[in-house]
Amino acid sequence: MTTTTTSGRATGAAPSTRDVLTRPDTRRKLVDRTMRGVVTLAFLVALVPLLSLVWTVLVNGFERLSPYFLAVSMRGVFGGMDAGGIHHAIIGTLLVTGFAALISVPIGLLTAIYLVEYGTGRLARWVTFFVDVMTGIPSIVAGLFAYALFAVFFGPGVRFGVVGAVALSVLMTPVVVRSSEEMLRLVPNELREAAYALGVPKWLTIVKVVLRTSAAGIVTGIMLAVARVIGETAPLLITLGVIDSINYNLFEGRMMTLPVYVFRQYQQGLVPCRPEQLDCIATINFDRAWAAALVLIIIVLVLNLLARLIARWFSPTRGH
Amino acid sequence: MTRLRQTPHAVPSAAPRALAPSQGRRTPGSPGGRVAAAAVAVVAALTLTACGSDDPLNHPWRPGPAAQEGAAGDGAAPEVEGLTGTVAGAGSSAQEAAMQAWIAGFQSANPDVSVAYDPVGSGGGRTQFVEGGIAYAGSDAPLDEEELAAAQERCAPGAVAELPLYISPIAVMFNLEGVTSLNMSAATIAGIFAREITRWDDPRIAADNPGVALPDLGITPVNRSDESGTTENFTEYLHEAAPDVWTFDPSGNWPLTGGQSAQGTSGVVQTVQDGQGTITYADASRAGTLGTVALGVGEEWVPFSPEAAAAVVDASPRAEGRPEASLVVELDRDTTAPGAYPLVLVSYTLACTAYADAADAELVGAFLSYVASEEGQAAAAQAAGSAPISDALREQVLPVVEAISQEAM
Amino acid sequence: MTTEPTTPAAPAPAVRRASTRDRAGRIFAGLSTGAGALILIVLAAVAGFLLLEAWPALTAGAEELTSISWIPDDGSLLTYVGPLIFGTLVAAVLALLLAVPVAIGIALFISHYAPRRLSSALGYVVDLLAAIPSVVYGLWGGLVLAPLVQPVWQWLSETLGWIPLFEGPAATPARVMMTVGVVLAVMILPIITAVSREVFLQTPRLHEEAALALGATRWEMVRMAVIPFGRSGVISASMLGLGRALGETMAVLMILSPGLTYSLALLLAGRQQTIAANIALQFPEASPLGVSALIATGLALFVITLAVNMLARWVVARRADFSGAN
Repeated sequence: MTTTTTSGRATGAAPSTRDVLTRPDTRRKLVDRTMRGVVTLAFLVALVPLLSLVWTVLVNGFERLSPYFLAVSMRGVFGGMDAGGIHHAIIGTLLVTGFAALISVPIGLLTAIYLVEYGTGRLARWVTFFVDVMTGIPSIVAGLFAYALFAVFFGPGVRFGVVGAVALSVLMTPVVVRSSEEMLRLVPNELREAAYALGVPKWLTIVKVVLRTSAAGIVTGIMLAVARVIGETAPLLITLGVIDSINYNLFEGRMMTLPVYVFRQYQQGLVPCRPEQLDCIATINFDRAWAAALVLIIIVLVLNLLARLIARWFSPTRGH
Repeated sequence: MTRLRQTPHAVPSAAPRALAPSQGRRTPGSPGGRVAAAAVAVVAALTLTACGSDDPLNHPWRPGPAAQEGAAGDGAAPEVEGLTGTVAGAGSSAQEAAMQAWIAGFQSANPDVSVAYDPVGSGGGRTQFVEGGIAYAGSDAPLDEEELAAAQERCAPGAVAELPLYISPIAVMFNLEGVTSLNMSAATIAGIFAREITRWDDPRIAADNPGVALPDLGITPVNRSDESGTTENFTEYLHEAAPDVWTFDPSGNWPLTGGQSAQGTSGVVQTVQDGQGTITYADASRAGTLGTVALGVGEEWVPFSPEAAAAVVDASPRAEGRPEASLVVELDRDTTAPGAYPLVLVSYTLACTAYADAADAELVGAFLSYVASEEGQAAAAQAAGSAPISDALREQVLPVVEAISQEAM
Repeated sequence: MTTEPTTPAAPAPAVRRASTRDRAGRIFAGLSTGAGALILIVLAAVAGFLLLEAWPALTAGAEELTSISWIPDDGSLLTYVGPLIFGTLVAAVLALLLAVPVAIGIALFISHYAPRRLSSALGYVVDLLAAIPSVVYGLWGGLVLAPLVQPVWQWLSETLGWIPLFEGPAATPARVMMTVGVVLAVMILPIITAVSREVFLQTPRLHEEAALALGATRWEMVRMAVIPFGRSGVISASMLGLGRALGETMAVLMILSPGLTYSLALLLAGRQQTIAANIALQFPEASPLGVSALIATGLALFVITLAVNMLARWVVARRADFSGAN
């Protein structure tokens, strides 16, 4: 270490050992200060767009958000009418995402169980690797896959709820596997061994001991997975199409979902209002888009928050 | 058995306790959790209970004066006695706004009827129609030979009907401060969109606009980035009216690369509005506050108007060699007819003159009669800014449409 | 929650029911193994069905393909997909270049600079931001960011216009690759940050304390102990971000003026387009053969992202191997 021999601020008396050790090199200190500044700056720079995003969504979204907006669909609404809402989109989002969860949760959970409890050898290694790879499938490719799959059986132009749900489940399954696997691995082996020692067969141990112990963590993981896919737009755009009315039927007809609704309203853009039209708001489509985006973000954040709270309340191993 | 079940049950329930030493930590999380849970409950309740409604216009919670004339006020359809059932169509997205108005008008007069229109695009609509999946279709282009033959087969023993029920003027619109209207010949427009004329004060523009202060500003042409009927009609117009300047073939896809573009009519209009010195072509109803171009037709300058758009359709000959019910017009883009605006999009409604199912026939017939009627065309003009078809054209359409209901009886 | 372990189960019933339980056990094991195998099957099916639906376009003659209006005149799928792949890579790499330095900064700030209480809260915030749907980023980018950055791009093209990347004049409105790059960077920032932060936090305490004990400043400690330890983690985090940026559809679709060229001009409109955005753009109006051609481009995207992800996992795996000591 280079010692500080040229330090100017010696106070007359000979520098004590203590002084030498605590007096830092100005250059090094400067670099340290600068880097602290740079790192903090990076953080602040990143905050600007993120804050701007959250702020605009909040401010613009609140204007249109009302019980009416949540309660009605867009059927019969056109032009700059001061009407219409997102009820059909919320229904669609809940149904499609719910169905996707219905497909992915059993598959994902069983796969995780396989990896943790049964998996050995080549198959397990391959599954682990490809689950990771599957996490990276672009969402639009998942949409194309679902479309292609159903187009083979139902002919081209196929668009209904289940197609979208299949697309989402392709995106969701690996996330469920990953998080459930992590949670199952957290279950201490002593518990399993205790159960075996009591003569409980392996499968019952898994169901009654391992799964129960890790239930909260698994639920958390599933909720996070749902939160991840609930905002997906591109795959639903090509598999569900768009519609203005409420559709409860996953097996027939197009469905609207919240993200697609946001996109659709953005796409419809400004309305050219004639001066004599009183019931006409030029920016109505953007207003609806912001409000729907706000609802979407609230749903996602609430899911995230709930998931984390569940994890916090029931977590068997508290990290910190 | 029961005992056996109890045993492992007890183990895990004890485990988290043992492993979670700081139970006191639970409390701070709880209020937040309760709020979140309440929020979820509210959303869920609002969503799933009966207050969800598919009738936004007459919903009791609708804020402000319940202005209901928007829905179907001007274009109320006549009620058809005892009409029930469902009929589905699909096709051109250009027709979507008009279709919504037609469907709203028709359904409000005939509450037991459900008409659907799926804006899958013209190509998709034609395919589905030919395959028999839908009863009617909307298409920005007439059927080609192959499709026509297949459609004839699908409609046998009837014939296929192609009806020009949606006529929409395409406006060339620009964003130039202080300028609301410019005169341009087809050659000038072609020059701008081919990027040969790059400045607003170019002599070729100035020559046709004496007295207009043109700024020294670059021109940014904006085109559609997606495949569209509007682009096809626009390039067709340029191709026929200014063949020397516009050397590209007509196409639904913009032939040049580079330059500003956006998805859909709203996208290009939005892009033009966001920029300065921008110019685009789009459905005339969307012009709003943008400046628009009056086209040079013969010796005069014709600004777009519904009448002028309908005039060019009347002045154009019918395509030959098609079945009788197929009212396809060969648009005369190079027309010199006085007061005609040749830059229009004509979108067709495809139907059969006879359906295997009598209910289908009755419904399609009644629906299309309404669409072709003065009320129907007025409703579309209000909702989509289309040009109502002329009486002369209506006289050709109505017999075809009315024949639909009769033949199947 | 309150029950305590009761009497241990007698072994007798277990033996009596052994055969039925065996069957149940076998079924259960079979089910879970089957689910694992299903993952592999699904992944194979994704490739398989894409290939199946893309086949008509892949095998169609040039003449047939030119009937699709957006296929170039030579009727070759390759000349069509080439600029798309190029544009996809440009967008993703640009986003990565913008995001990685900032993400490392944030991760370091959270892990080593911010006060402890603040840092765990910030960690949550970053995680939440990762969950904001891409369509919202697109909405924000198109309506808020694009008008805002236009003057900046203008200035950039005027001062640095001699660099081909910043060739001017900057397009108005700013529906250009640079804007898309910024939005994509903001989108992948949380992911890269989250992973990097985890890795930085795993730096062995001993290394850090040793550095500090030797009199290193905080930055020197970070440079000597934290960054070398986290380097491969940051690389794999970046790869994950790259994968996300490659497949991002909505933000690009909502902001960019697309164009199919091999141009690096980031401030000019209509020069690049990404595969994903192009699919979403052309899909609704496409003819059956057109859909098939689009699926073929989707297949190309699938292969690219697969390669990037496999590379990322390989890097992670390698790191896990040589840092196995802890």
